[in-house]
Amino acid sequence: MRQKQVNSTKKSLEENLVATEKDKWILRLYVAGKTPKALTAFTNLKKICEEQLNGKYSIEVIDLLINPQLGVEDQILALPTLVRKLPVPVRKIIGDLSDTERVLVGLDLLPIN
Amino acid sequence: MKKAEHKNFNINLPKSPTGIQGFDEITAGGLPKGRPTLVCGGAGCGKTLFGIEFLVRGATQFNEPGVFMSFEETNEELTINVASLGFDLEDLIKNKKIALDHVHLERSEIEETGEYDLEGLFIRLGYAIDSIGAKRVVLDTIESLFAGLPNQLILRAELRRLFRWLKDKGVTAVITGERGDESLTRQGLEEYVSDCVIVLDHRVNNQTSTRRLRVVKYRGSIHGTNEYPFLIDEEGFSVLPVTSLGLKHNVSDERILSGIVALDEMLEGKGYYRGSTILVSGTSGVGKTSIAAHFAEAACKRGERVLFFCFEESPNQLMRNMLSIGIKLETWVKKGLLQFQATRPTFYGLEMHLATTHKMVNDFKPDIVIMDPINTFVAVDKEFEVKTMLIRMVDFLKANQITALFTSLTFNHSALENTDVGISSLIDTWLLLRDIELNGERNRGMYILKSRGMANSNQIREFILTSHGVELREVYIGAGGVLTGSARIAQEALENAEVLTHKLDIERKKREIERKRKALEIQIATLHANFEAEEFEANKMIETEKALIKRIEQDKIEMAVSRNAGKENNKTKNLKK
Repeated sequence: MRQKQVNSTKKSLEENLVATEKDKWILRLYVAGKTPKALTAFTNLKKICEEQLNGKYSIEVIDLLINPQLGVEDQILALPTLVRKLPVPVRKIIGDLSDTERVLVGLDLLPIN
Repeated sequence: MKKAEHKNFNINLPKSPTGIQGFDEITAGGLPKGRPTLVCGGAGCGKTLFGIEFLVRGATQFNEPGVFMSFEETNEELTINVASLGFDLEDLIKNKKIALDHVHLERSEIEETGEYDLEGLFIRLGYAIDSIGAKRVVLDTIESLFAGLPNQLILRAELRRLFRWLKDKGVTAVITGERGDESLTRQGLEEYVSDCVIVLDHRVNNQTSTRRLRVVKYRGSIHGTNEYPFLIDEEGFSVLPVTSLGLKHNVSDERILSGIVALDEMLEGKGYYRGSTILVSGTSGVGKTSIAAHFAEAACKRGERVLFFCFEESPNQLMRNMLSIGIKLETWVKKGLLQFQATRPTFYGLEMHLATTHKMVNDFKPDIVIMDPINTFVAVDKEFEVKTMLIRMVDFLKANQITALFTSLTFNHSALENTDVGISSLIDTWLLLRDIELNGERNRGMYILKSRGMANSNQIREFILTSHGVELREVYIGAGGVLTGSARIAQEALENAEVLTHKLDIERKKREIERKRKALEIQIATLHANFEAEEFEANKMIETEKALIKRIEQDKIEMAVSRNAGKENNKTKNLKK
């Protein structure tokens, strides 16, 4: 059952992919409730995206308290976790995203040097 | 009494039975209910299997659904791996008895940026638990998180919270952990899971491996503290609480025949005691296996079940060889009364042997167990370990009233009465076979070294293997020592000849005596005749004398009458009156 759901979301995601522009970023932020950490993470993410991606992005916030089964697909353990679904490869960034430097490295927006 | 005790502490500490053979006995009921238990050990020691069996048995036998959260194997791998043990995970998953969840962490994909917690894991586990109403949880191997998440401080704090959370959830959890160098687990998980700690071990000794299990710690409950051997076979895990056996077993007065008439005669004519332990020891080729085969055949004829462990011959070879002395074992195998179990002692470790014996005995339920021979185990392990293993074996068999016959090979250079495994004190009836070399022949002798509880014969018998089985003959014991074989036959002939001459001598003596008696009788007769003649003569003379005296008196009276009649005459007349 659960597996199917995941598959279907995956499919719809791929369909979305075709529809969206190629260089658009799809980001997912997993949280569990409106905890301070979650709020900090969201604020930080918003800020970085605004600065770096010029509106070419979409952020999907998933609250696992509401939809716990959604965490399985992306193997979410730590919260909050930011997943870069697009562009591939998938990257995961855990924590409240307060270390901007590392977030940029994690998102491949900044060369490591 | 024992049951009452069990009940008592069940009230104190509720337990969750694992259904794993033997394990619930050691822990007096299973794992602590609603608490986490740490199962640790090195690679390949069976941690995962312990966990999965705990869940499967819980789901199938105790109606407690379970969640298996794997950090290493994927769901598919796990399903296939445990299918070989007869667990149908797919079916259980379909029936919502078990939920598998594979947690995958890829270090390279993860970037750490500030504060975080493992709430995701909690939610995920909680979701899995709630989806099937799980009562049991296995986390295998949670230490993998340490490889995936760099911040140990957070991780440790979160693990502590996780175990607390599991307790609050009221699920019985098994957490597996890889064994560390100095601590029980690599990451010191024992710090967090302190209610029950079980260590699994996989030891290799002389190229054979043995699995062992030990309950290091069990808060609030008594438990066996020894290292218990366990095995993993096609039916899963089984632990042997064998060291807990004691000397409390019942004894039987029943006697069972050995299958060899003369041997029974040596044992008060009744044979062995049921449930006793019999050792047949001797040098090679003296017929130990033949005695065992006789015993097996006799038991099968009585309709008893026999389990025959052979460690040196294949069953077919053994049956063929026994045919040559007229024992047809194949018939009984076909009838299902006799079962052979042939393994090389070196095939696996002692504990494994013990474990398989246990299993075989429990499955086949024999009346008689034969092990041929036991001392080959010495090649596998040290004498002491073999001895402890045999003690456990003997205790186990005795507790089940199973008669055991062991054979043991002794070597010429060692003392005959010294078994290699030093188990003489365990043995109730000990038959010693020895070869007697004399006059260029090698013959077999047998005697009963000891037999507890019976007035056994103290004789040495000659042991002969004939086409119709084992025969025991009286050996010749005399001035020339113990004679066997053709020497005995020669001696017997010699004795026969001697007897014959003796007989002749006696005849001769008898005749001589007869002759002497006759001569004596003749002499006696002559003397008699002489005597009679003399007596007759003497009598005659006496009579003549008497007549003469009478005449003289008569003459006197007549003379008196003629001289003086009257007075004298009257006087005499008065006198006469």
